[in-house]
Amino acid sequence: MMADTHFDENGLVLAADGTPLKQSLARALRAQKIRALLLIAPLLLFVTISFVLPIGEMLMRSVQNTAGTEYIPDLMPNVVEEIQDWEPASGEMPAEPVYRALAQDLATAFENRNHTQLGRRFNYESAGMSSIFRKSGRRVSNWDIETDGPFREKFLDIDDDWGNIEYWATIKANSGYYTTSYFLAAFDAQRTSEGIQMKDPDQRIYSKLMVRTLWLSFLITFCTFALGYPVAWLLADLPAKSANMLLILVLLPFWTSLLVRTSAWKILLQQQGVINDFWIALGFTERMSLINNQLGVVIAMTHILLPFMILPLYSVMKTIPPSYLRAAKSLGATNTVAFMRVYFPQTTPGIGAGSLLVFILAVGYFITPELVGGADGTFISNRIYYQFSSSGNWGLAAALGTVMLVVVLLLYYIYDKLVGVDNVKLG
Amino acid sequence: MSGNSSTDAFVAFEHVQKSYDGVQLVVKDLNLAVPRGEFLTMLGPSGSGKTTCLMMLAGFETATHGEIKLDGKPINNIPPHKRGIGMVFQNYALFPHMTIAENLSFPLEVRKIGKSEREEKVKRALDMVQMGDFGNRRPAQLSGGQQQRVALARALVFEPELVLMDEPLGALDKQLREHMQFEITNLAHELGITTVYVTHDQTEALTMSDRIAVFDDGRIQQLATPDKLYEQPENSFVAQFIGENNTFEGTVKEISNGQAIVELDDGEVIDCTPVNVSKPGERTLISIRPERVEIDKSRLKEGVHTLKAEVLEFIYMGDIFRTRLRVAGQDDFIIKTRNAPDQVRLKPGQQIEIGWLPEDCRALDA
Ligand SMILES: Nc1ncnc2c1ncn2[C@@H]1O[C@H](COP(=O)(O)OP(=O)(O)OP(=O)(O)O)[C@@H](O)[C@H]1O
Ligand SMILES: [Mg+2]
Repeated sequence: MMADTHFDENGLVLAADGTPLKQSLARALRAQKIRALLLIAPLLLFVTISFVLPIGEMLMRSVQNTAGTEYIPDLMPNVVEEIQDWEPASGEMPAEPVYRALAQDLATAFENRNHTQLGRRFNYESAGMSSIFRKSGRRVSNWDIETDGPFREKFLDIDDDWGNIEYWATIKANSGYYTTSYFLAAFDAQRTSEGIQMKDPDQRIYSKLMVRTLWLSFLITFCTFALGYPVAWLLADLPAKSANMLLILVLLPFWTSLLVRTSAWKILLQQQGVINDFWIALGFTERMSLINNQLGVVIAMTHILLPFMILPLYSVMKTIPPSYLRAAKSLGATNTVAFMRVYFPQTTPGIGAGSLLVFILAVGYFITPELVGGADGTFISNRIYYQFSSSGNWGLAAALGTVMLVVVLLLYYIYDKLVGVDNVKLG
Repeated sequence: MSGNSSTDAFVAFEHVQKSYDGVQLVVKDLNLAVPRGEFLTMLGPSGSGKTTCLMMLAGFETATHGEIKLDGKPINNIPPHKRGIGMVFQNYALFPHMTIAENLSFPLEVRKIGKSEREEKVKRALDMVQMGDFGNRRPAQLSGGQQQRVALARALVFEPELVLMDEPLGALDKQLREHMQFEITNLAHELGITTVYVTHDQTEALTMSDRIAVFDDGRIQQLATPDKLYEQPENSFVAQFIGENNTFEGTVKEISNGQAIVELDDGEVIDCTPVNVSKPGERTLISIRPERVEIDKSRLKEGVHTLKAEVLEFIYMGDIFRTRLRVAGQDDFIIKTRNAPDQVRLKPGQQIEIGWLPEDCRALDA
């Protein structure tokens, strides 16, 4: 065989046609790589457009300081410039040039019909600012910048609040192209004249929601595990024919619309619902409140997410031959010991996969908490949705979304450190 | 065929039956007595019920009928973990999430044996199978043969008196198999343990066992030492299952002095030993081993019948010659001759005469 191996003058192996072997190997591989790339190109494009770009956009939006589609410094160039010299900590009101600049910028904004958007933007930071911007727009547009000064009194005439030092502090704090105020809000903090501070405990809604979302998701994950593990074990133990039958039952919920399933829970669990009627029929006098609270969310979501726990567990258990349990017993282990020390440890990859899947799905769940959560069972996602659709505060929604993303990635990281993501097996 | 001495046997099956589905009996009336210290092999074709018997003994299946006794005590109601039987599984069943040492330590831990004693026993068991350096590895990091040794060590580490092995060498290549066969029998005899070994490889059974139980169709067809089994099969199944075998069908003409004369279906007559036949007129299956056929007429007894044969094929196999003949109208008659300096090498087309000692030719059930 040695006779078939050729070398060039540098001792490199040559292929049959005389080119260096490395080169011809690279050529052969390049064709393969191009083929692979072409095969995944459509998906890559789709994922980029529908996933990577929106997430990037969201991350950006959480720090961009915009009103509507334009940046604040572009909408209020004069104010931004003049206000640099003013120090909120001095306790004095801004000087006349700042008011004059405001008059200039507001007049332009009124012409372009975005002074209300400006007002709404500042209103996110300090309640009440929306109305003074709205009120002032038309009036200011009639002023002549050259002749009608001084403007401070004229503004105070429109509304006393133009003399509110907190409002001016807000404008100054949000005069850059980028802002941290959305993130501060997402963490229930605010910027005051004494610097960044947490809001009053009774106003800290987001951290409360975040903790609740994580806690309920954990609870739901645990419930799916507690209910799913025995089922998966039974499935893995049964002969293939009956196992397939039961597996279809497990998958059945997937064939029903999520909305229908959630509504069904509403019917079952409500005060005058089937379960409560049965409860009363059993002789109890008080009806249970099973829905429009956290209990309802846990019940409904456990049901909905159960298959995501059972399937990975099942596929992992399926690969564990029954001879392991038999071996353990023949070695003298009781059923319990054999299960705990031999079977269970081998199912942890399935538990890991199932828990990760259920937990991450639960953390981002929206419809079910919205429909059966009531006041104290809503998730952070419901709040994010509210900020997007009703309140229009996209920046805050984006910041909350980003925090959520980071928290989940962080949990994933901790999970990797504790369990090892390599140990996660879906089948 | 057996089971008479079950009172002093270490393992005894008494009229054991087993059905999985309530329709078909997988094990039909099994009687078997294994004395202490014996290496007994269950040999039989696939599906003959060997594993089922082993599982009943280990306690993973319950006998539908009959009794299984261990050391004189019925064990039907003792759960597997209290039987104290070591077991080697076909796929070894080493726990993948434990190291080799942890695997071996497991049966000792569940027996609540102290740490230092445990470590010592694990070490001794690993040394016994020459795996002392591998304690910290995981099963997946071992070769098939090494896993096999560990499985053996684990089955022995808690010093059971009885060890069951279900085709433990099935996954190994030929050379390693032969080596392990030797090691397993050595160990078993050295430690004086009783072994019930399952295989469907007859060579393995013949080389390893004190006695072999040939299974077919849920019954023991013959229970005997390897040489008896090979040389004196008691029925046509055993004769055909163990080793290579030439067969003829025929009718008994005469039985006298422990010898029979049988007329083959094409009219020729031969001498043989009656085994399952008792009177003239019975149909019978004649069995003769290829290596017991004599082609040198001078070495046969006076007056025995011979058969005419035509050489069809001569195959040189190194240590032996294998020749295919046409005899009594059948062209699948095989003879084996040793490759010795004076041995004749037959040529295709050659006409010869063959014969045999009557003891080597057995008239079995048809
Ligand atoms: N768990 C079971 N349920 C139903 N039938 C079974 C079961 N296990 C074995 N059988 C049947 O019982 C018969 C004997 O099986 P067994 O496993 O004992 O055979 P075996 O002699 O060990 O064969 P092999 O050499 O192939 O391992 C077979 O027909 C088999 O199909
Ligand atoms: Mg078997």
